[in-house]
Amino acid sequence: MSEFQGVWVFSESRDLMLELLGKGSELAKKLRVELTAVLMGRNVKDQAGRLIEHGADKVYMVADPALERFYIEPYTSALAQLVQQHKPEILLIGSTRRGRAMAPRLATRLETGCVPDCTELSIEDGRLVMSRMVYGGNALAKEICRVKPQIATVPPRVFQKLESRGRKGQVVEVDIKPEKSGTEVVETREIEAAKVKVEEAKVIVAGGRGVEKKEDFRILEDLAEILGGQIGNSRPLAEDRKWFTEWIGLSGHKVRPMLYVACGISGVIQHVAGIRDSQVIVAINKDAEAPILEVADYIVVGDLYEIVPALSSVLRRLLKGG
Amino acid sequence: MPTIIVCLKQALDVAELKVDSTTQRVLTANAPRKISDFDKNALEEAVKLKEKLGGEVITVTVGSEKAKMVLKEALAMGTDRAYLLSDPSFEHSDTLAISYILAEGIKKLGSYDLILCGEASIDSYSGQVGPRLAERLQLPQITYVRALSLNGDTVVAERTLENCYETIKTKTPVLATVTKEINEPRIPSLMAIMKASKKEIITWSAEDLKVAKTRVGIDGSAIQIMNVLAPKMDRKRIVLEADTVKGVAEKLAKALINEGVGGR
Repeated sequence: MSEFQGVWVFSESRDLMLELLGKGSELAKKLRVELTAVLMGRNVKDQAGRLIEHGADKVYMVADPALERFYIEPYTSALAQLVQQHKPEILLIGSTRRGRAMAPRLATRLETGCVPDCTELSIEDGRLVMSRMVYGGNALAKEICRVKPQIATVPPRVFQKLESRGRKGQVVEVDIKPEKSGTEVVETREIEAAKVKVEEAKVIVAGGRGVEKKEDFRILEDLAEILGGQIGNSRPLAEDRKWFTEWIGLSGHKVRPMLYVACGISGVIQHVAGIRDSQVIVAINKDAEAPILEVADYIVVGDLYEIVPALSSVLRRLLKGG
Repeated sequence: MPTIIVCLKQALDVAELKVDSTTQRVLTANAPRKISDFDKNALEEAVKLKEKLGGEVITVTVGSEKAKMVLKEALAMGTDRAYLLSDPSFEHSDTLAISYILAEGIKKLGSYDLILCGEASIDSYSGQVGPRLAERLQLPQITYVRALSLNGDTVVAERTLENCYETIKTKTPVLATVTKEINEPRIPSLMAIMKASKKEIITWSAEDLKVAKTRVGIDGSAIQIMNVLAPKMDRKRIVLEADTVKGVAEKLAKALINEGVGGR
């Protein structure tokens, strides 16, 4: 058992890597072991210092032309070889879509388990306890991994990065030959994104099926603007009505604003799972039986076409000069 | 003409789940089950490819006798052959073990061009079986596919990442996991359902698959679930009422300002 030692983190996303280091350093401290970051890419030398500043005791650096773009096989094989050589007990992987595609492949190569999208991680009796949402947001599952390394993937913005301080650490360049990729990216197209990512919005005014026409989102936009927030929508408006390409909910964007205003959103559990961590939830709905009312802090049973403009006008007055 | 294998999961219908309000436990034992949503998209895509290119669609699932239900539905949607990998020793397998069982079943089926899975299952939403299966079968993988074409042995797929769409090119055999965007699964006609009910479902046991008992079920699983509880959602649930719309708006606005919103 004790053959495996240390906490490792890896993400191809630089921001998420720092968040993993934040949580990783807490776990490493508890276990009294080293925290190691794995840095992979073609030319990544200049990034190692930053990882040490944010908590890494050691950085394993794999620089190889085959790692310039994130392909599954080269990344999986490089990380697998490193893990097999050094045997960490815990490996945290950033839960981007790329990370989520790689982690299970890696876990299979290592014949171990992987718990995806962990929102809570702790050490109990020397083991990593991992919690994540299951059943479409109906439940939180607490899981452990009986095999080492224990692998968890961690979504962005769940854990905090440490403040960068003058820390010391060791950078180890490793010579590993990554496998060749079995696929080739022939084209990349940017997805036209909203100005601010909805995950980062402080206030979200979201519309659901109660909004009759896409143009009517103007009413929601108006309120969002007064509150310094942005608009969002539920899944049917994207999938059934095709008004948007994205949505808020378990299968879409998971948000945690200070204020979430749900206008004409019925509140199926998958939607609620995506807004669960909001500080304050307001529900405006015609239907007094809508499930969203069960999970709201402030409830207005009424027509969003009347309530939202009235709220905008009152807030505009009250907040002016405030 | 291509042979396409689709992996299906009989998942809990999460919209129908109930919670025991005293223990906070989710009641799964008698909860209704159905084909996991994204798996249905995978099957639809396979059937569409078959309609265009010919070939064969084979559907595979791991589960108990009850999982035959999803294979019946798959047959009605256009599956040519349906396989149930079933054994008491498979119960409580995690994704490590499930991917092993599926891999052994697929090896027994022989050669194929494409394996399609859903991006994740609706109940556990782990998204692991596809990549794990690709690793076990030493195949290239393409996850989160929203558009797919097959031309001879060339596969071109468009996948959705956080900020971009990637167009991926590779050669068969390959494993792809699909998102809901890729298509709208068909609803089989009554005639198709009746025809499907007469088709045979082939069941393979642990012995048929020659799987190692130590690699399936609880023994073969790495993950142990400690508990599954409904999270508490402590919300104020204050109903705001007034005689006029303006009155309600005033109350709500004040409540929000008291909560500290709007104070930039």
